[in-house]
Amino acid sequence: MGRLKFLPAAAALAFLWAPIAVLAAYSFTASRHATVWGGFSLAWYARVFENPALGPALGNTLAVGLASATLATALGTALALSLERRRAPALDALAHLPLLVPEIVMAVGLLVLFARFLRPALAPLGLEFSSLPAVVAGHVAFQIPYVMVVVRARLKDLDPSLEEAALDLGATPAQAFLRVTLPFLAPAVLAGACLSLSLSLDDFYVTYFCTAGGSGFRTLPLHIYAMQGRAGMTPEVNALATLMLGASMGLVGVSVWLQRKSHA
Amino acid sequence: MIKRAAWPATAWLAVFFVLPIALIAVISFARRTPAGLDYWPPALDAYRRALEGVILRGPVWNSAWLAAATTALCLAIGYPLALTIARARGAWRHALLFLVVLPFFTNFLVRTYAWFILLSPEAPLGRALRACGVETPLLGSAAGVLLGLVYGYLPFMVLPLYASLEKQDPALLDAAADLGASPWQAFRRVTLPLSRPGIAAGSLLVFVPVLGEFVVPRLLGGGKVPMLGTLIEDQFLGKVRPNWPFGAALAVLLMLAVGAALVPRLRGGKDAPWAA
Repeated sequence: MGRLKFLPAAAALAFLWAPIAVLAAYSFTASRHATVWGGFSLAWYARVFENPALGPALGNTLAVGLASATLATALGTALALSLERRRAPALDALAHLPLLVPEIVMAVGLLVLFARFLRPALAPLGLEFSSLPAVVAGHVAFQIPYVMVVVRARLKDLDPSLEEAALDLGATPAQAFLRVTLPFLAPAVLAGACLSLSLSLDDFYVTYFCTAGGSGFRTLPLHIYAMQGRAGMTPEVNALATLMLGASMGLVGVSVWLQRKSHA
Repeated sequence: MIKRAAWPATAWLAVFFVLPIALIAVISFARRTPAGLDYWPPALDAYRRALEGVILRGPVWNSAWLAAATTALCLAIGYPLALTIARARGAWRHALLFLVVLPFFTNFLVRTYAWFILLSPEAPLGRALRACGVETPLLGSAAGVLLGLVYGYLPFMVLPLYASLEKQDPALLDAAADLGASPWQAFRRVTLPLSRPGIAAGSLLVFVPVLGEFVVPRLLGGGKVPMLGTLIEDQFLGKVRPNWPFGAALAVLLMLAVGAALVPRLRGGKDAPWAA
């Protein structure tokens, strides 16, 4: 048998990486068509950087990601603390539900909520519920359960006598929380924030349905979706997609490296 | 203080999760009239339409068999990979895990788009197939959609499998060998049964989201492989005659199907899907 037994695993890894390699290769094509190889060229990267629509799309993606991750981390951590300290089975079940409901159902529901109810209700008051807060609201809703699960896993390891000791030594409950509980939870809170951010940057369904109605609000994934499959699609999409791949892989690489360093 | 800490998150989930789904449920019982939606009395028109033969034989059947086939293929490809990683040592294990996780953290839409290029008739794969006499293009076929689905969801299968295989004590295999089992017998009678929770968790993480998938059939199916997700989107955002009650009824039925798939896991208590 020997080395042959590694063959299925090697084939699976090739399957995972081949499309990424092909996509990257086709971002350097000199052809005008996204799916045709026509010699080497960097022209499409130049086009990406010149495209005036991409700056706002990148800005929107990051704004939604940072705003939703911050909110979801605060809300999810508070929820985790509360659920870990007292029994609330109904709330506990509700908090897990977004992990189980198909995302498209939630996304369609948000479309109905915003388009049919919230926007018409706010319009007479002169208030406009624009796309950015709508997308953030949707993202926070599906991020909260992930933050809660991650933080609760760490809370289970917290020795309650530590907080009791702080209180015995004269700390107020707020001081005990800020100086004992929170520092202990910090790694999990940070992990929850990173998870929320990557979920937001990756999201398509909720963003797509929350922005339906032609408001013109676009994130990078929406931009790729809108450009893809159109007649006359140029390799500019390939270049943009390759840049996005490179950026997220770079981020994961750096975070793994930082983790290794902090453990060493 | 702790008591009130749950309120903001609860309120958020109530408004932006529970309320939207409740609205979908209400709309699914509405009746379409020229003046708009008529909510009272509740009507079953949308459900009747959703359970018509054309719908069941088309999008519903496609979603069901593609979800089942994707789960089976992910298991077939993912199990040897997870086993190899779990049995690798030190630096090798870290490197292999990294190679699996890295694509997982890149954008799903970008990864699906990569298959759009790979499957296009002008790309090397398409030309090679034509040279072999296969004339049907992969792009816009069920096979193309299946490939994209397997690709997109493979990491969801590999990671839970790895987590359960990695926990197994290697001494069990030594014991099996000492007792005269061949490597294949040891795998069949020890490794495989012990990895059952990983298989169940991975299968669920693949099967459930694929049922509601709409990006992959849209991008790689080219409108020729309708699934539940694309049909639901058509009813809400389609250019031709959107039908909210029909779309809402499909969404409710999708939720019920997912609920049915989850029941055996939920009854397991500690084995709840999120515990995996």
